[in-house]
Amino acid sequence: MSEKKVIVKLENFSKSYGPKEIIKSINLDVYEGEFITLLGSSGCGKTTILRAISGLDEPTSGRVFIDGEDVTHLEARKRQVNTIFQNYALFPLMTVYDNVAFGLRMKKVPEDEIKTRVDKMIKLVHLEGYENRLPKELSGGEQQRVSIIRGLINNPKVLLLDEPLSALDLKLRKKMQIELKQLQRKLGTTFIYVTHDQDEALSMSDRVVVIKEGNIEQIGTPIEVYEKPVSLYVADFLGEANIFKGKVTNVSNNKTTVNIKDKFDLTITEDNYQIGDSVNIVVRPENIRLTLVARKNNCIQGTITNMVYDGYITKVFIKVNNTSYEAIINGNNKNYKINDEVYLYWALDDSIIIGDKK
Amino acid sequence: MRNNKLLDNIVIISVFIFLFLPIFVLILFSFNTSELNIIFEGFTLHWYKDLFYNRSLLEALINTLLVALSSTIISTIIGTISAYGLYKYDFKGKKIINELLYIPIVIPEIVLGISLLSIYTLMKMELGMFTLILAHITFSIPFVIVSVRSSLTSMDPNLEQAASDLGADSLTTFFRVILPSLVPGILSGAELAFSLSLDDVVISYFTAGPGSNTLPLHIYSIIKTGVTPDVNALISLMLLTIFIVLTISMVISLRKIKGDER
Repeated sequence: MSEKKVIVKLENFSKSYGPKEIIKSINLDVYEGEFITLLGSSGCGKTTILRAISGLDEPTSGRVFIDGEDVTHLEARKRQVNTIFQNYALFPLMTVYDNVAFGLRMKKVPEDEIKTRVDKMIKLVHLEGYENRLPKELSGGEQQRVSIIRGLINNPKVLLLDEPLSALDLKLRKKMQIELKQLQRKLGTTFIYVTHDQDEALSMSDRVVVIKEGNIEQIGTPIEVYEKPVSLYVADFLGEANIFKGKVTNVSNNKTTVNIKDKFDLTITEDNYQIGDSVNIVVRPENIRLTLVARKNNCIQGTITNMVYDGYITKVFIKVNNTSYEAIINGNNKNYKINDEVYLYWALDDSIIIGDKK
Repeated sequence: MRNNKLLDNIVIISVFIFLFLPIFVLILFSFNTSELNIIFEGFTLHWYKDLFYNRSLLEALINTLLVALSSTIISTIIGTISAYGLYKYDFKGKKIINELLYIPIVIPEIVLGISLLSIYTLMKMELGMFTLILAHITFSIPFVIVSVRSSLTSMDPNLEQAASDLGADSLTTFFRVILPSLVPGILSGAELAFSLSLDDVVISYFTAGPGSNTLPLHIYSIIKTGVTPDVNALISLMLLTIFIVLTISMVISLRKIKGDER
């Protein structure tokens, strides 16, 4: 595999507003052509990172490189990046055509070339015939598409997207997710996408950057961050997680025994822990299986307290020693009902082990 | 229910009579053959003809329009730029300035009139058209700022950033993106400034000099000797103009509302 080219580089980037430190000295490499998502809860600083790349905000310290060039103090209008705003920020008194043409006109591109390029872009997102409409005459999804091609027409080295789908309803959002991903694949433009929605991050990205309180918690492919979270925060933020906190009580034959709050023992296959270490065992609800008959290993008895029917799945909440855990079963399974005594079990390698050292 | 509706209509009609009867009387008497605004004796267009021979009245009218137009244009420009500056930039004392803006709006006109007069005297400025226009600019600016500011706050704050992101410099951004969005606020500010200037008596009374008599001042001065019907005729003509302008602007805004609904 050839060496991937770094298109955006953040070096010890930090940002404070007054005494409040929003970003605490982070380093980040974004590769050319990838779809990278900055994922975090609101206020974690993900938008701040985006604004430093777009040039709408200057970093407090650290440096920003775009395509190898130090742009830390370069004005936004001179950077070869474009931003898609959450509320689209289309110019309300300009037609769709004029909105899309705006960037090229600023660069004094000849009008006939603008026409060709705008037409091509409008075709790309299937908005033919809408050229002379005003933004207010479009639906939310159409406005979003206009705002995306308004950025893309400038052939940016990177397209920055700040929660671009959050104003759309669920169905349209899902549709636009697929459209966006297809668009990105087709054009090969680097997308840096900001969202707080973990589904969006997992389904669209090549890599996900999980951000917590101004720090990068984990960078990895969607599969890595979901299946191999490095911290409880990541495990909990991406999807549902059942967390068993316990202490290692026995190590033998590549099997480590973990005692969960003096109530029951679980076995894990990791062998780099010693007796007395605190560990967390994380199990995704979809990996937990239910049975009415006890099994030998990693099997816990509990009582069903609640069942939430969700169409193609049913969420089952099971109380074990006053702690509630969640399991997912298929569709409308009639084998279980509330107040049933059941056993929970899962495959050994479905346990995600997170040491407490972190 | 029916009775209530009748009552509603009576109330509405009475309010309208209350509001418009004086204006109706004024227009009526502009067609009166008698020179006294007391009894209607017969119909004539004589006063309208007379109007064009009443030099002092016409001069006052021209002065009024000159003052109103120039003070409106200048105060609209200054007010718009100030509102944008106050919106865009953060600086020490911004809050205080924002509050101080309301003072010229709420203080009694007579106070502003006297203060302007004293400052003109202090600076040894001769009272005339210049001081009058300056005074009108002074009291109009806050109204324009307040009106433009409300347009600014309802504008999407990301527009400016989007423009700069797409490569526009700040001047282009202002003229191509910001200014067009502010047109309604600027227009209503200008309308306000114009109408305030048009009928101002108190401040003009202190700041006008020889040769800068305005229509309100002129009418005010002839009240003692009795208002002649040619003044009625002039005011009727002004009312007609205002009526036409208002109708046009209403038709435009109605069309715009219909357009928005589409």
